[in-house]
Amino acid sequence: MNPDRRQFMAWGAAAGVGLALAPGIRLVELALARSPQEAASVLQRWGLLIDITKCADCDACVTACNEENGLTGHGRPETDAQWIRKVTLRDRQTGYAQTLPLMCQHCEDPPCVDVCPTGASFRRDDGIVLVDKHTCIGCRYCVLACPYGARSFVHETTTGQKADVPRGKGTVESCTLCVHRVDRDETPACVEACNREGGKAMAFGDLNDASSEIHRRLHTERSSQIRPDLALGTGVRYQGL
Amino acid sequence: MKRIGAGILIAAFAISGHTDTGERRVSSVPHPVVRIEKGEACVAPAAEMRRDHMNMLLHQRDRTVRSGLRESRSSLKNCIDCHASRETGSVLGKDGFCSSCHSYASVSIDCFECHTPLRQTRTAGSPR
Repeated sequence: MNPDRRQFMAWGAAAGVGLALAPGIRLVELALARSPQEAASVLQRWGLLIDITKCADCDACVTACNEENGLTGHGRPETDAQWIRKVTLRDRQTGYAQTLPLMCQHCEDPPCVDVCPTGASFRRDDGIVLVDKHTCIGCRYCVLACPYGARSFVHETTTGQKADVPRGKGTVESCTLCVHRVDRDETPACVEACNREGGKAMAFGDLNDASSEIHRRLHTERSSQIRPDLALGTGVRYQGL
Repeated sequence: MKRIGAGILIAAFAISGHTDTGERRVSSVPHPVVRIEKGEACVAPAAEMRRDHMNMLLHQRDRTVRSGLRESRSSLKNCIDCHASRETGSVLGKDGFCSSCHSYASVSIDCFECHTPLRQTRTAGSPR
């Protein structure tokens, strides 16, 4: 047997073993942290599951987001950047009010990406929707296109940015799902804060990973997306809506 | 004939090498301040860095933003961590590593419109 043939047989054997395993059991665990030399993969889909029945009357997620991403306002709520905000839903008939955190929903088919004239708005292979500020021209089409009002425009010169979160005047920005933390195998700042100080309402994980808690819950418990009529396939899902 | 050709080539390389490392600079002409703060060597030879640093950064930025590849070799963060001034902790400012050359060459830098010019890791003797 020549070496090439032997190599081919080895690959075949390895593939056979891989196929023989039951779904959800892998030889190499996908949940392992990605190395810095490894690109984001389509095998993963990062997302959030938010149980709004547990969402406490606090703004721990908002504060943590502002702190993590260096979002300092100018005391002008009309134009200050807002990556996550608390929204109150009130039943007009009964007056029953619910509060929930709303941020970029990291859609499967994001309208912001469809309308972007420069390709700056894009969806990373692992499902995180981002703005490449190097190519963003600040036209704000995406701000208008987003049905969740998740995007902000930076109106003023920024200083004191975080090293991992560059942000500058004239570009659009939104929740990045704390992509710099996800790449280090950490959870987003809002989720961490909610589990530490809030009502433990937020869960983060890989929606495709059958062994993950979020995958199990989404398969066994009822959840929904905001504006399901738009069929955007959001990566952020809610319970108790 | 071949030998002469090789000799000319070697001489040409020697001259270009000299001009690149700045050993034959004319002393009457002002030069930018290039203060190396940390480390023995950069990620590539100085001549290559001077010519190609903008291409390296451009290539790296797309790999990082688009694909999530966060290799440290040509990352801007890594550049700043080594080259920021000990006094100010920044690569900008009067004798800042980036700004002194760029103002000398009259080439504007856009990086720091969004990115922080400050070093993130502490080094001995630095204020941050």
